[in-house]
Formats: sequence, C-alpha cells, structure tokens
Amino acid sequence: MVRMKFYTEPIAKSPRIAKLVDALFEKMPQIEADRAVLLTESYKSTEGEPIITRRAKAFRHILENIPITIRDNELIVGSATKAPRGCQVFPEYSFEWLEAEFDTVEKRTADPFYISEETKQTLSQVYKYWKGKTTSELATSYMSEEAKLAIEHGMFTPGNYFYNGIGHVTVDYPKVLAVGYAGIKKEAEDALAALSRGDADFAKRSHFLQAVIISCDAVVRYARRYSELAASMAKTTSDVRRRKELEDIAAVCREVPEYGARSFREACQSFWFVQMLLQVESSGHSISPGRFDQYMYPYYKKDLDEGKITREEAQELMDCIWVKLNDLNKVRDAASAEGFAGYSLFQNLITGGQDQYGKDATNDLSFMCITATEHVFLPQPSFSVRVWNGTPHEFLIRAGELTRTGIGLPAYYNDEVIIPALQSRGLTLAEARDYNIIGCVEPQKAAMTDGWHDAAFFNMCRPLELVFSNGRDKGVQLGPRTGEVESMRSYEEFEQAYRAQMNYFIELLVNADNAIDVAHGERCPLPFQSCMVNDCIARGKSLQEGGAVYNFTGPQGFGIANVADGMYAIKKLVFEQKKYTLGFIKKALEDNYGADMDGNMAAKLTQQVAASVVAAGKELTAEDIKTVYLTIRANKASDEDKAKYAQLLADIAAISKFGNDDDEVDAFAREMAYTYTKPLETYRNPRGGIYQAGLYPVSANVPLGAQTGATPDGRLAYTPVADGVSPAAGRDLKGPTAAANSVSRLDHFIASNGTLFNMKFHPSALEGRSGLESFVALVRGYFDQKGSHIQFNVVSRETLRDAQKHPEKYKSLVVRVAGYSALFTTLSRGLQEDIINRTEQQGF
Amino acid sequence: MEQSLLETKGRIFNIQRFSIHDGPGVRTIVFLKGCPLRCRWCCNPESQDWKPETMVTAGVSKTVGKDVTVEEVLREIERDRIYYRRSGHGGVTLSGGECLWQPDFSAALLRVCREVGISTAIETTGYADMDVIRKLLPYVDTVLMDIKHTNREKHKEFTTRDNELILENAKHIAKEAADLIIRTPVIPTFNATEEEIRSIAEFAKSLDGVEEMHLLPYHRIGSDKYAGLGRTYTMAHIQVPEKETMQKLLNVVQDVGLRAKIGG
Repeated sequence: MVRMKFYTEPIAKSPRIAKLVDALFEKMPQIEADRAVLLTESYKSTEGEPIITRRAKAFRHILENIPITIRDNELIVGSATKAPRGCQVFPEYSFEWLEAEFDTVEKRTADPFYISEETKQTLSQVYKYWKGKTTSELATSYMSEEAKLAIEHGMFTPGNYFYNGIGHVTVDYPKVLAVGYAGIKKEAEDALAALSRGDADFAKRSHFLQAVIISCDAVVRYARRYSELAASMAKTTSDVRRRKELEDIAAVCREVPEYGARSFREACQSFWFVQMLLQVESSGHSISPGRFDQYMYPYYKKDLDEGKITREEAQELMDCIWVKLNDLNKVRDAASAEGFAGYSLFQNLITGGQDQYGKDATNDLSFMCITATEHVFLPQPSFSVRVWNGTPHEFLIRAGELTRTGIGLPAYYNDEVIIPALQSRGLTLAEARDYNIIGCVEPQKAAMTDGWHDAAFFNMCRPLELVFSNGRDKGVQLGPRTGEVESMRSYEEFEQAYRAQMNYFIELLVNADNAIDVAHGERCPLPFQSCMVNDCIARGKSLQEGGAVYNFTGPQGFGIANVADGMYAIKKLVFEQKKYTLGFIKKALEDNYGADMDGNMAAKLTQQVAASVVAAGKELTAEDIKTVYLTIRANKASDEDKAKYAQLLADIAAISKFGNDDDEVDAFAREMAYTYTKPLETYRNPRGGIYQAGLYPVSANVPLGAQTGATPDGRLAYTPVADGVSPAAGRDLKGPTAAANSVSRLDHFIASNGTLFNMKFHPSALEGRSGLESFVALVRGYFDQKGSHIQFNVVSRETLRDAQKHPEKYKSLVVRVAGYSALFTTLSRGLQEDIINRTEQQGF
Repeated sequence: MEQSLLETKGRIFNIQRFSIHDGPGVRTIVFLKGCPLRCRWCCNPESQDWKPETMVTAGVSKTVGKDVTVEEVLREIERDRIYYRRSGHGGVTLSGGECLWQPDFSAALLRVCREVGISTAIETTGYADMDVIRKLLPYVDTVLMDIKHTNREKHKEFTTRDNELILENAKHIAKEAADLIIRTPVIPTFNATEEEIRSIAEFAKSLDGVEEMHLLPYHRIGSDKYAGLGRTYTMAHIQVPEKETMQKLLNVVQDVGLRAKIGG
C-alpha cells in the first residue's frame, strides 16, 4: 500500500471499550434527584442575592456535594449521575411536566426513564420551592395571548427552550486546554481589577465576574474530588493494572482542568470535564465539542513525536471519550421526547474542512475520530464531516466506509455554502472558515456565538390549512381573516393569503421566543458556560444576557416539500387546468380525501375515548374498543364523493413533485421556502442579534404531522410531513442524483441556521470500492450545486421491519433520524414508520 | 453541433440515472427498445419488441416505449454531468434492447455526447452487421459486449440466434474499439460451469487488447415483468448461483489471465 499523507492503517478496538459499552446498557436509564436537591438547598440560602451570584453558588454547592463515581474500566472519569445513562433534573427551568409524568415516564413510548418511588418523593418535596420561580413560568407571563393560543393550536412549538436550558453552544475548549480554569479565573480577576467602582454597570459586571471566579474554583475542586476518589480506590484495589490506571487518573485530575494540559491524556480528561459540567450547570442540550480534531491535534502530535504515546493508546483514550458522551442523558417532557426522540444529546463533533486561512485542515485525528465512531458504534457524538473542494479523497472514502455501516454517521457539511452563509450574517472570513456544527445541522463560530439554534419548530403546513378555513381552527379565529377560498379568483390571491397567514404566525413565533429569551436572561444566566465564550468576560455579561460576540435566534421550519407540492398542485389543477374549484379542494381536505384515518392516530384517539369511559366508571370489552376504533377510523364521506376524491388524488399524483429534478417545480419550492426564511430574518432578539431560519425538523415532523390535517399535495391527515428539505417520503422517483439536484435548488444560504437533507440507501449501493467512489461522487456533486448538508441511512427496509418484530435482536441498531442518530428500537412506532417510508435509493 | 444530429429520432423505454454497475463511474443509462435476441433470462423483456407495448406493474398499466429525439435524451443526460465528472469517468451508457438495432439514433446520440465532453459506453450483444457497428465505434469510449456462450447450438437454443456473427464481430471490435470489456451473464443450466466459462474467457483472452471480463450472476429481478406483459417466464425453476460458485468461476477467468469481477 502506498503511504499517503495520512496514517490510515486500522487500529484494533481494545477490549476495554467493549466492556465500557456493555456496561452502559445494563440497565434502563434512570432519573436521579441529587442535583435538584442541592440546587434547591443553595437557592434557599441565597434568597435576595443577585441572580448571577445565586447561580454560581448553586453550581458550587452541587459540585461540592453531588455523588461522584468512577466506573469500572474507565480511563476518562467524571459522571453526572451514579448510574450510567442516568439524568439529573433541572427544576429551575420547569418541573410540572415531570411531576405530572411521574407514573408514566417509565412506560411512555419515546425515551422512557426509570424513576424510583424515593426519587419521586424527594422531587415532590423539592418542587414545592420552585412554584413561581422557573424560567418557563416567567416566559409564560412575558408571552402574548395570541402566541400562547397559536402554540396551543400546534402552529409552532418553542417547547425546547420553554422547558429546558438553552445549550446549543461550542465553548472555548482550546482555551481551557491551554490555560485551565486557573487561567480563566485570572482573566476574570484582571477584568474585575480593571473596573471602576464608579462605572454605571459596575454592579452587574462585578457580580458576573465574581460568579465566574466562584465557578472556576468549583470546577477545580470537583476535579480534586475525583483525584482523591481515584487515589483511595487505587489503595484498595488488588488488581495491579487497575491500580496503576487509578493512580494515573488521580495524577491527571490533580492537574487538569485547573492548569493547562501537558499531554494528550490530560487534554482528553480536561476536555471531558468541560463537556460534562456544562451539562450539569444547565439542561440545555447540543453542547457540541466542535472541531475536536483541530484543538486536540497539537497535544497528540507532541506526545507521538516525543514517544510518550502510541497511536493505539491515543485511540483508546478517544474511544473512552466517545463512550462517556453516551453516558450523559436528559429527560424531556413526553411531547418534546417525540420531537427529539432517541435519548439524544446532539453533541456534535466535527472533523475536516478548512482552517482559518482557507487551507485543508484534515489530520490524522480526523481519521481516528471516524475509527472511534466505528469502535464505540453508538449515537453520540453526533459525528460530522466538513467537505470542501480541497477535502482529501481518501478522507471522504474513509467517511463513506463509516456511512456504509448503517450507523447514519457522519453527516456531511459543505464549506462552500456554510462559510459564505455565515459571512452574510456578519462573521469575518477567518471566523466563518473556522465554523463547526451545533446539534443537528446548525453552523456557527465556536466560542463567540450564542446561537439559540433550536429555538422552535414551525410547521409550514398549518398556515396552509388555515388559508382554507379563513383563519379559523377548531372553532377559534386563530389566524387573520384572509378570505374564503371559494371567492379567490387567481392563484396570486391564494398565495397572498398563505403569505399573510405565514407572516402572522412568524410574528407570534418571534414573540414567544423573545419572551423565553428574556426569561432565561433574568432567571438562569450561566456563569460557567459564559466564561468560555467571548466576549462575556470583557463585557462582564453572561451569555444569556447578550455577552456573546454573535447572537442569533434560529427557529426551524419544516414541511416545505408538502407546501411546495400542494401549492403547485393548486396552481396547476385549479387555476391553469381549471379541473377543480378551491371549494372542492377544501371539501376534499376536510374529508381527508375519503381515506380512513391514519391507524396510529385512530389508535391514539381510541385510547383517549377508552380512558375517559373507564374514568367515568364504566366497563369496556375488547369488542367495544374495536368498535370505537373502527368508527373513529372509518371515513364518513359518501361513495360518490370518495370516487371524486380518488380522481383528485390521481390528478394530484400526476403533477410533477419536488425531488424529481424538474426545474419549474423546484423553482417553485425555492419560492415557498422563502415564505418562511425571508420574513423571519427581519426580526431581532433581546440579546441584540437577528433571527435566521433553519430548515430541518429534528424528529418533530412525525408528532407535529399528527396534528396536521390533510394537505393539498395529497398527504393524508395526521401522517408525517416532509422532513427537512428532503422531498416528501416516497415522491422522489428518479434516483438520488435527481433528488439531490432538486434539493440543491433551494436557497441554502439564507437558511443559515442549517438545512437537513435525508437520503436513504440500500446497502447494495455502497458495496465495494466502486460503490464508495460513486457515493463520494454523489456527495461532491450535491455540494458542487450548493447543498448545505446531507446524511444517509444505509439499512434495508427488510432489516428495519425485522427490527420492529424482534427488537431484542437489534438493540444496537443505530439509524439516522434527523440531524442525529439514535437506537432504532428506542424510537416511537410512528417515527420508525417514517424512517422506513423514506424513499430508498439504489445504485442501478 | 449539427441540427440534424439533434433531431435524429429513436425509441427508448427508460432512462436510468445514478447507474453504477454498467461502465465506469456514475452513469446515466439509456435503454433502447428492440432487440434481435430473445434470451430466456432477459431481465428487461419489455425491451425486446420494437413495438410500444403495455406492461402492468404493481397493478398499474403503463405504455413501454417512447419516441424521442437525440436532443431530448441529451438534455436528460446533461442533468447528471456534475456526478459524471465527480466520479472520474462517468457518463452515458446505451443499453437496451440493443443499440445496434437503431444505429443512426445511437450513433448520433453517442456523437453529440462526445462533442459535449461526456464519456460514452455501449452495452451490446454485438449482433449486427459489422458495417453497422462501425457507424458507432468512433464515438464510443467503452464497449461492454456480451459473449454468452462459445457453443453455437446452445447459444441458439437459449437466445434464438447463433453466435457466429457475434464471435466474428468481437474480433473486429477488439481491434477497432477504444476499449472492449467482455461480459457474460452466468445462467445455471446454460453456461454456469467451469468448462463453459473457461471457454468464453479463453476466447475473450484471444481478442486483441481485451484485458477485462465481467461475470454477471443470473437474477430474477425482471421475472414479474413477464406476467405484466402477459408472457410466461420460462426460467422460474432456475436457482440464482451461489456466492461460492461465482467465486470459482471468477478464479477460472483470472486463471486464463484476465482481470475479472463479479457484477459490472
């Protein structure tokens, strides 16, 4: 084999990693109460102090007292919970939902958690304190009545930040690795010393900087606790090898993260403390490690050159970090759990791409990150690869090998779109070139940005429904009166009505997000997170109050394919071919095209009916339930109407659809996407930044589709809407290149909060070297045409069906959901079906 | 570019994009309608007849066969140019049916593709007058030609035509074409023995400049189409060759001194 630029020789997986992975999955994830108890104790003792000080003291109190544990075989230590994959809770954001779900959280379909009776009691006690003190309650008071009503009616959902912390940040890992928290503390002390007591903002600034100092000290002391634990465990273990490992852990945790890392090993441990503690301070997810291969490389290279470490040892340490990233967990409310299904924390770690000078930055660690993902083979980190014209071919082939395993990783991102898109939002060229991805698909510059990237889900199909009802929904005048469709005389008039509905709900979405934003600034500023993002220390201001250099709010729209296909069908069938009236289309939609109700939805409604009957003290037989189900499910339209609807569906089907490389319909889809992206970017957030749209659904296209009636593209009521910028499921019929060409015609630059394109491949398409070459050509070809992101599921329909039947055999089957991967068997049935129904592309 | 070339008419039944098994790189395959052979295992039975016909697929009737101009087809081919380039050697492949059955259309299409810088290939039975073949050859980068059997009677029994013309043409094509790859469908009961494959490989090896041979294992993907066309599939009893069998046959071809692979 020719020695290329990179070391790509395979590295074997060490037996330790297999043991660590097995241990993660021994038990169901559980909820632990320690953090909530400690937080509450601290809050009770700091009443009346500035909020930033209370936050820092609470963080310190938690880190001083929370149980710590070193799990068997670990080399990298630091666990947020006693049990693997457990989660702490965060009552300062919200708590009512968890209290309401105490008895169901273990049994629910999406992301169940075990919770002991003792924990329930403890939390119930704690929760008494929090009534009236949470961010969600404050946000509710700030929100307009119209926005609340729109949320209630499922027009959009800002639930993520309403119930939880913000997260969605990449902090200055390189700085911690370089100077440690001693260095950051010094920076805060110097800033404090430079203040004048006479400054107008002295009070806030000085308290913020003191809060940073308290947080830095707390973290250092926390690491010391691990050092002491490791040392005492070393004394009692009889295993000589393990004793040495524990002694090493003790030595490492004495040094970092207080001081700069002197070795790759210390850098790994220091990284992990940062990564984990950010998720103890706040419940915000998508704490993204970012360009790990870049900031870790100097430590690796130095140790390797000096003979202090072997490639194999370095790989094992990285693998250990990958395992730890799966040890963290988060419990969400039942509805959000469906929207973020798969216990995912969206810790996006990205490799490759350009450096700040525009040169390729791929290095040996970039390859080793792929190997770590192969070795650990779990959904975290959300592993990503940056691609540009100068990306080494062998790197993409290696990434293709990982894709071929079916794990749904990596996701591929296009420098050629993202860099100019970020520049258009005010970043310098050098900053934009150094971007990484947050969470699913959201680009930003690390350590300078508070992006609020997952700010809400906006279902673009719902305003279209409201056009047909003149703004009414379930008996309420929800949207503006845009006129009865029966009286609309031109397509332009119809489209204007849609735009008016969109504009109205976009305004309300902004109202809701800004209310939540203010609430976080007032009730949950985060001094620890803030000390690692510029320019918080210099400005003396937390991230939540606008301390970052770049501030954005990025709510994501989805269902473009349905809206585009539906509007296009109306334009053609109603106004050009004049085959149908809008009145008839309206009736067809109300009657769900004469189709029976979606089975999952009917089952859900049947359950509700049955529950209310039982609650009323009546008995129900299996036969009764069946009758209820069949009655709910059956469509009541007349046979004559059903025949007409069948013809309508056939006519809709015959109209060209987005995803088939048809210039006209694709240009139409681009315009439709603008109905969301353009109005949104005119708004501003309370941190002084602007709104920017994303076009991706996480997994919300399934639960929110279940709240959406039939749409004029022929989609039936309550079925999933299209995910991201992908064509509607099963409608792209001309193969992967045609679908990619279509999707590339959308404007990916304006959607600078990220776009998401899902493609599903049959494994046969990636067989052999030639299969990989064609795969890479597809990615490159899509990116040449300025697509922003693409990801793949490579698993056959048969395999997924079998996994539904025999989940026990497929415990480790990882699939790509949206901007992340998850264990297939942990997903709800509806989401499983959605993944199975995505068009499966083959190489012919 | 000459307008008359662009206006040349032909009859096709499908254009398939992102094809990765018929020629190098990512390709668009144009399936031409009409074929002189009637191979029993044919997976595209709707390709055989020149006349457009009706085929039922999953309960839906569709007309198979459409008259098009070179310009229309070129426009479709152009849509994936970016992927041809990114895959190194991708381009267009004429398949069928049999492209030699529509030589003017095929030659015109290949010629305009060449002129606009798209690499070309044909997948052919080689069953035509050599002078007809010569109309195409100057515009073809890669010829993928089937040699199904060296035994004349058996060839005729399974394909309805004997192989003399094919074997003779192969010798000329080998000399005159830029690149010739021999392909053999491996069909149990027809040619799936080591002796028969060896004989084909030896013939291929004897051709001027031929270095590569592909073994295409029999599959049943097209079997439902026979019913859809109201015809009987006579190969229903034939088993798909085992992986080990294919591996053995691959070794035979390699023994003869050719580069070989299973599949395209």
